[in-house]
Amino acid sequence: MLELSNVSVKYGGFSAVQNIDIHVEKGELVVLLGSNGAGKSTTFNAISGLQKPSTGTITFEGSPIHGKAPDKIVQSGIVQCAEDRKLFPQMTVKENLIMGGYVHRRKRKQVNRSLEEAFELFPILYEKKDDAAGSLSGGQQQMLAIGRALMSKPKLMLLDEPSIGLAPLIVEQMFEVIQKINKDGTTVLLAEQNAFAALKIADRGYVYESGSIVVKGSSDELLANDTVRKAYIGA
Amino acid sequence: MGSLLKNRGWVIGALAVAILFPFVLPNAYFLHILTLAFIWMIAVYGLNLLAGYTGYLSLAHAGFFAIGAYALGLLTVKTEINYWLALVLACLITSAIGAVVGLVALRTREHFFAIYTLCVGYIIYLVIDKWDGLTGGVRGLIGIPVPSNIGPLSFETPLSQYYLVLFFLIFTVLVMYRIVHSLTGRTFIAIRNSEDLAQTIGISTMKNKLLVFVLSTFFAGLAGALYASFIRFIGPDIGYITIIFDLLTYLLVGGIGTLAGPIVGTFLIVAVSQSLQFLQDYRMLIFGPLLTLLIIFYPRGIVGAYYDWRMKHTAKKVKRTRKEQRYFESETVDAEKKVKEG
Repeated sequence: MLELSNVSVKYGGFSAVQNIDIHVEKGELVVLLGSNGAGKSTTFNAISGLQKPSTGTITFEGSPIHGKAPDKIVQSGIVQCAEDRKLFPQMTVKENLIMGGYVHRRKRKQVNRSLEEAFELFPILYEKKDDAAGSLSGGQQQMLAIGRALMSKPKLMLLDEPSIGLAPLIVEQMFEVIQKINKDGTTVLLAEQNAFAALKIADRGYVYESGSIVVKGSSDELLANDTVRKAYIGA
Repeated sequence: MGSLLKNRGWVIGALAVAILFPFVLPNAYFLHILTLAFIWMIAVYGLNLLAGYTGYLSLAHAGFFAIGAYALGLLTVKTEINYWLALVLACLITSAIGAVVGLVALRTREHFFAIYTLCVGYIIYLVIDKWDGLTGGVRGLIGIPVPSNIGPLSFETPLSQYYLVLFFLIFTVLVMYRIVHSLTGRTFIAIRNSEDLAQTIGISTMKNKLLVFVLSTFFAGLAGALYASFIRFIGPDIGYITIIFDLLTYLLVGGIGTLAGPIVGTFLIVAVSQSLQFLQDYRMLIFGPLLTLLIIFYPRGIVGAYYDWRMKHTAKKVKRTRKEQRYFESETVDAEKKVKEG
């Protein structure tokens, strides 16, 4: 479904990721592991079109998407849920969600249906639908960010560190929701530092280290891998 | 977001005052000043949509104001076409030039956008000032006709011009209200918030920025055209840099990014600067420090400060009722306990 081959991204002279190869099949939940600055977010930005790769190709459902404008990429079915829960803080919860359905703005009925689905998935958002998004707690903001991403009816969802800065109990709920979204038919590419929790729900994973992929394999393989255990699980 | 319903009292009040004013205080001087203020308000609304809601501070708007004024002036004086046709054409010409400038200018952001548009504004002024053959250069353009009659309505008197400009101001406010409270308006706000984020949810930022730039130059052009037919003489000065800073001051004092800001700010500054007329240019000694204080303590202007105050006020009210509720609940629980124990 998604194929990155030999992708490198540079910020000026500094190269943030080098020669990355990633493939994601339809229906999979794939995780990118790595510490801060390893290149996970840069990879996401390259896929979503915010950053142009300097070399390599990115194809989605058989057609190349590198070099396309970000809004065209969202239209083709990839949505990015950015790190640190970026929302529109002055807009209400409901307005934030409606903005998420921007690419389907001409299909009112579909947007309303997606809105109901988002409220079903996160009932707390319905209770707070008229509150300013900036007034929500961290966990609620993350739910809103995910709910907003779902509003575009993505085929592939890029989730950048959804567990960052959240209480352990909330993190657990968050991963359950991600698993549910995946089971309901959305392919998910997840970037995480919380390796143990992420590998428990993922099918496969890639491990980043300073801009390159050093280990890849199924979740079970990665959980058993010594370097992964030492670096990310602490056992 | 202040909804029109919540502010219904303010809106009806302001409208009633504006409509009844000429009858209560039939003073030609006041009427002239107010008509001018209304014209500035229309231009400030245009600037507000771009700078306030979308976050792109354009300093070229005095230039677009002048383009609107000169387009109307030249069309009516040199080609003698119908006034209303000329008014529409003047707005369209301004928007078209706005689209061309926007295509280039919107590739820059923040400070660079402001500096770039400042230069564009100055170039427009220079072109008007130096192109003697077309614009009359420093001598300006005289003999611009008043708006021609629509059926029995004539616009010969200052009073009728006052109502004409008021009509266009109300039209502008209604259009702004519709835009700001639509998905398009929220798209502009989303771009102001974060362009990257706007892009990741599928917004074509360039398309929307161009749309808002053209819309905002349209209103600058409309204001310019109305100015030309009201004053009936225009010189290159109306495109000069000081005009844009006047407009910007009106916007900042009233409240950037608010719907009522342009009216409040323009009215206040025009009124104060008229009543301090006797101080001549020393007025600026008062304005400067006042403006600085306002920006430091109320960055969203008077209207923004009012909104903040009201929000705090209602938050306090909610807190109080909640407290009372809790008190009441605990009392009933105590009472129930006593009943059980007894």
